[in-house]
Amino acid sequence: MEVQAVKAAGDILGVLAARFFGLSLMAFGGANAVIPELHRDVVDVHHWMSDREFAALFAIAQAAPGPNVMIVTLVGWKVAGLAGALVATIAMCAPACVLAVLAAKIWDRYRQAPFRAALAAGLAPVTVGLIGASAYLLIRTADANVRLALVTLGAAGVAFFTKLNPLWCLAAAAALGFVGVLR
Amino acid sequence: MDRLAATPGPWALFRAFSSVGLSGFGGVLPFARRMLVDDRRWLTEDAFNETFALCQSLPGPNIVTMSTVIGSRFAGVRGALAAVFGLMSGPVATILVLGALYGRFGAQGRLPEAILGLGAAASGLVVAVAAKMASPLIKRRPMSATPFMILAFIGVGLMRWPLVWVLAAIAPVSIAVAWKFKR
Repeated sequence: MEVQAVKAAGDILGVLAARFFGLSLMAFGGANAVIPELHRDVVDVHHWMSDREFAALFAIAQAAPGPNVMIVTLVGWKVAGLAGALVATIAMCAPACVLAVLAAKIWDRYRQAPFRAALAAGLAPVTVGLIGASAYLLIRTADANVRLALVTLGAAGVAFFTKLNPLWCLAAAAALGFVGVLR
Repeated sequence: MDRLAATPGPWALFRAFSSVGLSGFGGVLPFARRMLVDDRRWLTEDAFNETFALCQSLPGPNIVTMSTVIGSRFAGVRGALAAVFGLMSGPVATILVLGALYGRFGAQGRLPEAILGLGAAASGLVVAVAAKMASPLIKRRPMSATPFMILAFIGVGLMRWPLVWVLAAIAPVSIAVAWKFKR
């Protein structure tokens, strides 16, 4: 029984490692660009959490200090505890970091090469499209009613048009929920 | 050219990046720039921009890959590891505490509603990020960039096709078009 449990835990860690290893090398635009893919894996395919839990984890990751990749840490933690958090984080970061260090060495050698500019210019719109897709998915999971949709709209407007620290938007929205006006 | 400070070793990199990791609410980038360019004077403004542009056009969490690129330039593999562990250890520890608190108290009292509000605002912030990245691209390159932005959004966001296929189909064409429009 115990052996089986250990084996199952090992299997989950293996799945996490393999998936995030792949996502790491596809995450043009960072962790925020792979939210739909991540959601499909953990909610639709593996049923590790509900839509609502996914939205909650994303909200917590956004409210916490640090890079955007913290959503990956939190998903790993939810799925397989501390080991899951570490495996997911390392698998999401390590391949991309190795690639970046190698690319930087080559990059420096071809400082003036025109393919550098074309590569960056060609990938930029794809990156934006992916982050837009993430935003769309997050709206669909987070905005269960009109009031929540208005909060999303308000936060987007404030963040787009002002330089206000985004933490204020998050704090205000959490406070609105806490006093019960977002039901 | 501004005077640059002496080349940092692994320990200095670790300490400097750990101060950045926890200061970044809603994005670590501005804090990393201030630390590297203004405070420690390890990089010029131009070198910082160029390194960030490189990491932005590569996959993976940008700020994380950038920390390893900078760490490895100054102090090789040990420098890369020192920088990335410095950047990540504080945020990872914090997010695990927050995750545990959410697991323990997240379902109690008014907290679920507060988290719903938080999630709605967090989605709005991602909308704003996408809009901020999209608007200059649409203005400067309406014909060569906008179609690929929309295709990536439709493929991943609306059709929910696997990211790897969407990237394989769109990215090469987008890069080729950017290459052609360059001259």
